[in-house]
This record gives sequence, structure tokens and C-alpha cells, in this order.
Amino acid sequence: MSEPSKPQGRKFQLPEHLKVYKDVWVIVEQERGQVHSVSLELLGEARKLADKLGVAVGAVVLGEAGPDLERICGDAFAYGADVVYRVADPVLKDYRTDPYCRVMTDVVNAYKPEIVLLGATTLGRDLAGAIATTLATGLTADCTELDIYMENRSLAATRPTFGGTLLCTIQTLAYRPQMATVRPRVMAMPERDDSRTGRVVDVFPALAEDSVITKVLSFIADRERNEAQLAFADIIVSGGKGLGKPENLKLVFDLAAVLGGEVGVTRPLIQAGWATADRQVGQTGKTVRPKLYIAAGISGAIQHRVGMEKSDLILAINTDKNAPIFDFAHLGIVGDALKILPALTDAFSRRLSVNRLAS
Amino acid sequence: MHIVVCIKQVPDSAQIRIHPVTNTIMRQGVPAIINPYDLFSLEEALRIKDRTGARVTVLTMGPPMAENSLRKALSFGADAAVLLTDRKFAGSDTLATSYALTSAIRKLAEEEPVDIVFCGKQTVDGDTAQVGPGIATRLGLQQLTYISSIDSVDTQAREIVVHRRSEGGVQVLKTALPCMITMLEGTNSIRFGSMDDMFRAARTPLRVWSKDDAAADETKVGLKGSPTVVSKVFVPKPKAEKAKFIEAEGGTADAFAAAAVEAIFAAQPKLSTDLLARAAQG
Ligand SMILES: Cc1cc2nc3c(=O)[nH]c(=O)nc-3n(C[C@H](O)[C@H](O)[C@H](O)COP(=O)(O)OP(=O)(O)OC[C@H]3O[C@@H](n4cnc5c(N)ncnc54)[C@H](O)[C@@H]3O)c2cc1C
Ligand SMILES: Nc1ncnc2c1ncn2[C@@H]1O[C@H](COP(=O)(O)O)[C@@H](O)[C@H]1O
Repeated sequence: MSEPSKPQGRKFQLPEHLKVYKDVWVIVEQERGQVHSVSLELLGEARKLADKLGVAVGAVVLGEAGPDLERICGDAFAYGADVVYRVADPVLKDYRTDPYCRVMTDVVNAYKPEIVLLGATTLGRDLAGAIATTLATGLTADCTELDIYMENRSLAATRPTFGGTLLCTIQTLAYRPQMATVRPRVMAMPERDDSRTGRVVDVFPALAEDSVITKVLSFIADRERNEAQLAFADIIVSGGKGLGKPENLKLVFDLAAVLGGEVGVTRPLIQAGWATADRQVGQTGKTVRPKLYIAAGISGAIQHRVGMEKSDLILAINTDKNAPIFDFAHLGIVGDALKILPALTDAFSRRLSVNRLAS
Repeated sequence: MHIVVCIKQVPDSAQIRIHPVTNTIMRQGVPAIINPYDLFSLEEALRIKDRTGARVTVLTMGPPMAENSLRKALSFGADAAVLLTDRKFAGSDTLATSYALTSAIRKLAEEEPVDIVFCGKQTVDGDTAQVGPGIATRLGLQQLTYISSIDSVDTQAREIVVHRRSEGGVQVLKTALPCMITMLEGTNSIRFGSMDDMFRAARTPLRVWSKDDAAADETKVGLKGSPTVVSKVFVPKPKAEKAKFIEAEGGTADAFAAAAVEAIFAAQPKLSTDLLARAAQG
């Protein structure tokens, strides 16, 4: 496809005063002492980008001073940071847009990173949009691939567009920093390396609780944490409309149980009320990357594909040998899922129990 | 109380097809709808109107045909509608879009101060979730995204209490008006307007504003005001290899299953040891 012609009146050259912007940063998300895994995934990605550019990886860790914050600073080094910007302040204990945005704007203006990455989570998306506006720079949401175009040292951020049917690559050429968000599980988790250390830069923000209008009255923790389980499951068995009736979803649950895996579904099943929304895999659901993904009665629409194609091994079961899922699955069975699923459940349980007797 | 709801007209993406030869988007005949996420925010605005008698203005930036979406919103019960339309807005990214919408909201606020701006959680075409935070930041509004319920709006004390979805739970937040709210999907469902609303929707004159009417600075809108540049649009790469089809003698389900188990373990030896280890334990 030809490149769109460069429109009139736009700036494509980086102005001289922005050339001092260096380093690739990740804003490390932590809430209630828990670091969000997407931040660690992003540190791995930042490492690759920074190595290409020959610059350092910076991690910004914000929160209340204490052992949790110290541990998270250590995590940041272990996953790839060279420098940790530690911003400890009681006002930053719970996430609120305004103080976080104020601090981040100041830190970016002071230390001038050329790239700033955040997770596309409820925190990251909320914060990224606010910071990009105060800094008047470009922000690309929900990227699936990040790269550097060396000819102009710019970030090439690729994301799905038009409901996932196409991909587009977006660049911020004449503004700094270049910002992007990435959804959890889209990037691989880097190996933890506890021997890595680096420099800590303490930032002392001028924040007063009185100046923050929004107050956190309370926090109601979720009782079920299906979400995390699905995103991090090693084995996922998913069902689609090809299962025909809601009762048949049980066949998927049975196989998942034998394999110690989780159950995923396609969007039409959520819309029909067969399962809860936290089980949806795909562009508007979860991104997953299990070791084994079994897709039963799923056509393989692009919106589903983008959420699961990074699975190590995909087995698809579909009656239609021309179903698009067979274009990207590794293994395929052309057959009726209603018959194959119970047979698989049997075959796996037999294989696994034989071994138990033997061991 | 004055509430502005930003709605966007989008192509019904469920019906978008890609031309198999040219790889371009086939828009012909694709119906335009109000961005589905915006309807949760519109309904919430109308509920506040029911409780407090607030005025609800819907605002969209888009081509002249976006009038249809505004009329639809009026038929649900919105009081007034503004269409921000100008060739100069074409090619705006989220930074430029939030600037243009902010200019229009400022203009509306000159007539009647704005207490709450509602946006959708995200659009189905742009899908960035950036325009709402952009507007909030520019106008200095308290930013409340991913709201699952509005517990109370106190028009006297000018306070609002909401539930906000966050990782692993819900934050209960209390803040002061004015604020910007994006509602989570599934929190409500848009009402059918009354007969009166339908008639009013057809009769209500739309306010159509240009860049100048909204006093928007030309250098901050359209392509010129957009820091991001789309450098490439392409179709996802097809995988080089198709799936290896599992063959099974006799073609029975059991034969397929047995062959599949072998194929899985052959492809992923590590998986088989993990599974066997787990089975041995439990
Ligand atoms: C903006 C947007 C976002 C979307 N986001 C998502 C998303 O996040 N996740 C998602 O999943 N979808 C999403 N979708 C929907 C997506 O486009 C597809 O419609 C959906 O993934 C199809 O689901 P399906 O494969 O279950 O159903 P279908 O496409 O109807 O496929 C059913 C398949 O089952 C096969 N089949 C029938 N009977 C049997 C049988 N007995 N045994 C085996 N196979 C059988 C059929 O051959 C067919 O291939 C989105 C759509 C849009 C427009
Ligand atoms: N052109 C527009 N006109 C009116 N509102 C818009 C427009 N673009 C975005 N919005 C609002 O901003 C929200 C988020 O959009 P987006 O950042 O594109 O995902 C939408 O749900 C709308 O409420």
C-alpha cells in the first residue's frame, strides 16, 4: 500500500529544542502495593526500544513511601529499568487523575524522555489522556507493536483500527515525548533478573492534599478475580457460537477442568448472556497468551484473533474446513465440537490418570 | 444544572467490510450510528435531568450528516443540540478533537455554565478513550472515567459521589462539580423517548457551528493541530502456514481426540510434563 502523501502545513521535523529529549520511560502502575504486570511487560519492551536508540530505560514509580514502593522500585530494575524516578508522597497513595497528572507533567518536563509508555488499563488510559493534553503531544492508544524508525529516531506505534479489521502505524514526528499505551498481555513478560540494579532519582513533588478536589471515600475489592485468571492462564478452552446452545458451554468447562485451565468465549456469547463479560477474549475483551488455546466452534474473526493469536499453541475445532481460524491455528480438527470436546476431555483425563498410577 | 454530552457518529463497525482486492474499507451502505458507548453516558445525563431538572445539550463534531445522530439524541430526551462542523476540522487526532470540542463547550458555558460534561468510555472507530480526558484536562474539570454508578449529585453543595472501576475493585470517589464523566458500558440502557420528545426532536432547530463560531484557533485543529501522523494502514499479515489438520482413522470423535492429544504433546513437550506433574500431585 502506498504511503499517504504528506499533507500541507504540517510539521515533520523535530524542532531543535526537542532534540534534548532522551530515554524511554514506563510509568509503573501500582495500586494498593500491587504492581500491574503490564508495567513489567512494558519495561521489557522499553528495554528493546532503548537499546535500539542507545538510550536508558526509565521507570517512574509513584505512590506512598514505604516497603511496597521500595519493592516495586526493585522490580523495575529487575525487569529492565536503568533509572527509577521515585515519587513518594502521601497524596499519591491512591490513584487520582489530578495529582498524578500534575506530578507526571513536572517530571517529564524536568527529565525529558523521548518516549513514555503506559498500560492501557483503567489507570493508564485515564492518566495518559490527561498527560498528553497537558504536554500537548501525541498519544497512540492500545498499541499491539512498537518499533523505532531509525531514519528519524521516531516511535512507530502500530494498533488495530476500524474495529480491528486493519492495522495502522502512527508516529509523533514533531513533538516530544512520544506517548503510547499497550494492553496487558500484548507484550511478552521479560525474564526477571535480580542482579540488575540502577540509579534511583528521588523526586519531591509539591503536593498538598488540600489542593486535590477528588477524594477517595472507600475501595470495594472485587470478590471474584476471574479477570486476572483468564489473562494469565496457561491453558484456555474457549467456546463460540458453533456450540449452538448455552447448555453446551458445559463441554468447554469440563475440558478446562480436566486441564486445570480457564474458560474463554467469543463476544456473541456474552451478548447472548451465556457467560459473563470477564470471559470475553478479543479486541474488546481480554488479550491472552496461554501455552495452549483450544477454540471450539469459533470462526476466528479478526476481533477474536487479536486477543489470542499470541498463544503458543492453538487447536481449533470447527465443522467448516474453510473457517478463518484454520488460517492461524497450529492444529485443526474438522469436526463437530459437541462430539470432539467430550472425547478430548476423556482422552486427556485418561492420559493424565494413567500417569498418576504410573508415578 | 447544565450537562453537555459529547456524542460521536460512527460507522456501524459490525458491518464494515474490507475490499478483498484493494484492501480498502468499503463504507458504502454502512449505516451510521451513535457510538454505542456514548448512549450509556447520555442515559445517565437524562437520569440526572429527571432528578434535578438539568438541561442536557448534546454536542458532536463531524460532517453535516451527523445531524441524524443529534436528532436521535433529542428524541431520547436531550434538550438542545450543537453540530460542530467545518472542513478545517478534518484529520483531527484526539488532541485536536478534544481542543475543538472544548472550544464549543466554552462557548456553551458562556450562555449557561456547564456543570457536567459526559463523554463515552471510548469510540468504536477511534477506540482511544482519550478525548474525554483531553476535554477534562483542558477545561480543568475533575476527571471521572470508567464510572459504574452515580450515587448522588448534590446541586446545592455541588458535590457528586460515584463508583469508579479500577484494577481489582471499585473506588468510591467524591468530588466537586464541574466534572467530566465517562460511563462504563452496561451500566444502564438508553430509554425510548416519549412521543413529545420525538416531535420535539424533529422540530428543534440544530445549532450548527463552524470553527469560527466556536472561536477555535485554526492552528490547533485538523491535521495542523494533530501531533500524530498515520504513516501506514495495512491488512494484518496472514500467517505463512495454515493449521495442520489432524487425521484420524475411522473419523470417530475418540480417534480425533486421541490424535489431538498426541499432537499437542508433541508440539509442546513442556506442556505435557507440566500437566502430568499437576495431575500427579492432585
Ligand atoms: C467492534 C467489534 C469488536 C469485537 N470484539 C470482539 C471480541 O473482543 N471478541 C470476540 O470474540 N468477538 C468480537 N467481535 C465479534 C467478531 O467480529 C465475531 O462476530 C465473533 O468473534 C464471532 O464469534 P464466533 O466465532 O463465536 O461465531 P461465528 O462467527 O458465528 O462462528 C461460529 C463458528 O462455529 C462453527 N460451527 C458451527 N457448528 C459447529 C459445531 N457443531 N462444531 C464446531 N464448529 C461449529 C462455524 O463453522 C463457525 O465457524 C467484535 C466485533 C466488532 C464489530
Ligand atoms: N467527533 C466527536 N464529537 C463528539 N464527541 C466525540 C468526538 N470524538 C470523540 N468524542 C467523545 O469522546 C469519547 C471518546 O472518544 P475516543 O477518544 O475517540 O475513544 C467518545 O465516546 C465521545 O463521547
